[in-house]
Amino acid sequence: MIEREQVLHVAKLARLGLSEEEVERMAGELSGILEHVDRIGELELDDVPPTSHVVELENVLRADEPHESLDRDVALAQAPDPVDGAFRVPSPQAEG
Amino acid sequence: MTDMLELTAVQAQEAMASGDFSPAEYGKAWAEAAAEDELNAYLWRDGNGDAEAISVEEPSLAPVAVKDIFCTEGVPTTAGSRILEGYRPAYTSTAVRRLIEAGAPVLGKTNMDEFAMGSSNENSAYGPVLNPWDRGRVPGGSSGGSAAVVAGGLAPWAIGTDTGGSIRQPASLCGIVGLKPTYGAISRYGMIAFASSLDQCGPLTRDVRDAALMLSVLQGADPCDSTSVGLGEAPSLPDREDLRGLRFAVPSELARDAIEPGVREVFEATLARIEQLGGEIAEAPLPHAEHGISAYYVIAPAEASSNLARYDGVRYGMRSEGSGDLIEMYETTRAEGFGSEVKRRIMLGTYALSSGYYDAYYGQAQKVRTKIASDFSAAFAEFDFVVTPTSPSVAFGLGEKTSDPLAMYLNDFFTVPMSLAGIPAISIPAGLAEPAGGGPRLPVGFQIAAPAFAEQKLLAAAHALEGAIGFDARPEGVRG
Amino acid sequence: MAELEAVIGLEIHVQLATKTKMFCGCELSFGDEPNVHTCPVCLAHPGVLPVTNEQAILYALKIAAALECEVAPRSIFHRKNYFYPDSPKAYQISQYDIPIASNGRLGDIRIHRAHLEEDAAKMIHVGDSGRIHGSGASLVDFNRGGTPLVEIVTEPDLRGAAEAAAWARLLRETVRQLGVSDVNMEEGSLRVDANVSVRPAGSDELGTKTELKNMNSFRFLERGMEAELARQRELIEAGGTIVQETLHFHPEDGTLHPLRSKEEAHDYRYFPEPDLVPIAPTEQMIREARESLPELPAARATRYEGEMGLPQDVAALLAADPETAGYFEQVAGSASDIEPRVVANWVTGELAAALRQDGGEVTAAESKVESGALALLIGMVQEKKISHGSGKTVLATLVAEGGDPEAIVEREGLAQISDSGEIESIVAAAVEANSEAAEQILSGNQKAIGVIVGAVMKETKGRADGGEVNRLIKKQLGL
Ligand SMILES: [Mg+2]
Ligand SMILES: [Zn+2]
Repeated sequence: MIEREQVLHVAKLARLGLSEEEVERMAGELSGILEHVDRIGELELDDVPPTSHVVELENVLRADEPHESLDRDVALAQAPDPVDGAFRVPSPQAEG
Repeated sequence: MTDMLELTAVQAQEAMASGDFSPAEYGKAWAEAAAEDELNAYLWRDGNGDAEAISVEEPSLAPVAVKDIFCTEGVPTTAGSRILEGYRPAYTSTAVRRLIEAGAPVLGKTNMDEFAMGSSNENSAYGPVLNPWDRGRVPGGSSGGSAAVVAGGLAPWAIGTDTGGSIRQPASLCGIVGLKPTYGAISRYGMIAFASSLDQCGPLTRDVRDAALMLSVLQGADPCDSTSVGLGEAPSLPDREDLRGLRFAVPSELARDAIEPGVREVFEATLARIEQLGGEIAEAPLPHAEHGISAYYVIAPAEASSNLARYDGVRYGMRSEGSGDLIEMYETTRAEGFGSEVKRRIMLGTYALSSGYYDAYYGQAQKVRTKIASDFSAAFAEFDFVVTPTSPSVAFGLGEKTSDPLAMYLNDFFTVPMSLAGIPAISIPAGLAEPAGGGPRLPVGFQIAAPAFAEQKLLAAAHALEGAIGFDARPEGVRG
Repeated sequence: MAELEAVIGLEIHVQLATKTKMFCGCELSFGDEPNVHTCPVCLAHPGVLPVTNEQAILYALKIAAALECEVAPRSIFHRKNYFYPDSPKAYQISQYDIPIASNGRLGDIRIHRAHLEEDAAKMIHVGDSGRIHGSGASLVDFNRGGTPLVEIVTEPDLRGAAEAAAWARLLRETVRQLGVSDVNMEEGSLRVDANVSVRPAGSDELGTKTELKNMNSFRFLERGMEAELARQRELIEAGGTIVQETLHFHPEDGTLHPLRSKEEAHDYRYFPEPDLVPIAPTEQMIREARESLPELPAARATRYEGEMGLPQDVAALLAADPETAGYFEQVAGSASDIEPRVVANWVTGELAAALRQDGGEVTAAESKVESGALALLIGMVQEKKISHGSGKTVLATLVAEGGDPEAIVEREGLAQISDSGEIESIVAAAVEANSEAAEQILSGNQKAIGVIVGAVMKETKGRADGGEVNRLIKKQLGL
């Protein structure tokens, strides 16, 4: 069962603003899905190696050769707030 | 001369090569057909003058409808999301580049579930796609737009992506062929990521030969994708007509009572057809497949939560107006930019990876993945293929399952295990069936899965079976 | 209360001097206009994928070899998830539970691990954004974003600020000599964070540690650690307890300030990077890394001490500077009959002083003093052909204009007076002229001999041997 507090904590980690109504709904929906998912917790899999990859490749490496970078205008073309050749963002709260 | 638009892509290629009609004429005919879209299947179509970047100098292949998840330089690419509204990539995906280089123009970009998350195409920020067989029903998802344009006569063929069934299930619901290749067969570079360890590009076509032709163009290792290997050899067009000597496994655990009666009937009839063609049918245990959905709905959202973290309003895409400090800017931008299914999966995935829950969810799901893959290996030690219905039901009504996410997820029951194992699987139309609630008959897909990199063999068997089934039904008003 | 001993571990981020970034082909740069070295990959555009830079792997293997680390047969990358504008993907690709290298050492200090990762972009605070009054804004420059880094983590083996700073210098020299990084602290290509704690001397438990960041020179590093150790000792002695926190060092006033505590604990949600495959260094890659190593400062210092009999401090000083060390070895090679210890003293003492005097702009190896010339000069002093003082005079000339020391001695008339009769008479005259000093010597004041030596040297223009003059004065006085 996912509590409201957990929903708020996870939303914070995910930088996802949720309305009050979404928090309530999310708590119910996540609980339902996780209840189903929890059945894999009952499987005896202690000695089973995890699979994070199905390809069996190793050492896929790139030669250290420069490619052409984007024109700065192109790099900034889609930015919501380009200023002085850079991407402007609201400051994080002042640190230290 | 027959109507150009009735030809398959393979037939059209041959006709153009022998001068029956010009690529320009053919392309124009398809552009006109695509302009008739009443299914909300296209988000963008060529022909409005801003597509210079993806034009082809000497077309030699049929034009392709491209799922809007593939980056196309200078051409809007939204992945069905509000957060990428108006976004025009600075580069083109490898898959689309290969198509262009092979002489296939891009006909348009197709609608999809937002960031490929969905099984009904109702999660697009740009409205649902309608099923050409019944506009009150969903086309399936997430490659619903690509399936609908092919089935609806709005494109000769299309590409989509499949993470847990997103090519096969809409192909099934729209009565066309959909192939999910082996993971690594086709480059993922430029394909907007949903779940990186599962995402795979593949064709949605009218028939199996078209799927083979498209695959031969798309496959290959790509220096821009470290996980791509290609197929070693491009597949040739299949011409097999029987199934003698081939062994088909039906999972012993196949939950027949979870399958709609009409779908079950078509499935059993198809098994009989396989035997008529000389194939052998037997049951094989796949004991962990039933846990596929659980593992999938941990792994895919976990990877997605990380893949979608880059949509933060800093470098491209939308930023919420009037945001305050940095954290508020992030939170409001993402709140306004993402739809509810995407939010749900980001939440689910973030939770599964968060401190204290990793082992129980993500770690355990990866172990289930290992077991599912080894179940398949064991089956393939004795069998050539594993077969199931593609989807437990025919196309369902718009809005029918939107209030119950778990019920929606269970749609992927038969397609998810192959995705987790990384093996190729194809859905071919096997017949029509009446929906559970009654109504006109709708397409039913038959899924065939093969060992990794056995695409050539898979296409050959699918081609033989397709010929024997002889599925030639078309939605009302669609040529074919 | 038992004395509180310092326990320090260091985390060092080394920017690799590859041509291109860790996961894309953008060129590395320093000091260029913002955002001129970016591409869809390092800007984290939708759909892009990372591809690992082979050179970064080879450089990491060199570092691993130099630090005597074990190399993981299959190391993997993870995603470290966190939102910040300097992290375009909102995750850093880094190594987590299986780093490329572990369990090494440099000198007496154990290396816990060394892993590969990518650097963050640069943010510049620019004041009010105009959006919300007083909230401020930052500009993000992605030129640096994605630069390959090797993060080296030591065990908490260092026992004081000075020791830690000295060891960090040794590490910097070692990495510099590998040729894999510019190791420039001001430019940020070497960044050192310190984990600092104290505990009762003799205890083997670890106290609560604080993490010190933002120390962009070795001097600041040492001062920062000193300040923090003093704070911790004071706090504990006053009965307080240390809180685990991250502190920023402010070099202007030498103070440490805690970073504002985050609203929620860090939860990086690490998981294996699905876009990359494992790194499995081949035998050949590991062998080549090992064989490419130059003789590194620690080994060189050991050789100088053991084989050449240099004192530890001189050995360490020379070994830390490979160019001067090479010069020293040339001089020692051409003066095989002179003890290396003497040559080392000339190189690190007289020659270094003369070069400083001359403006300090060139190193010994770059100077006009040919190694053979210095060898000859030292030989002349050793054989008492010229006095030590004259030797310094000749050296100053060599530094200024180069040339042959014998010719300079000849030209300047610096050859030592070898006629003992001539010196004897000068000594006799000097004793006579300084009878007061002579009396003092006779009554036991040995220091007074300096007055008479000075007089002799003045008379001979420094061409007499100091020891010989001493002996003759005492002989003259019947001592
Ligand atoms: Mg680090
Ligand atoms: Zn780049």
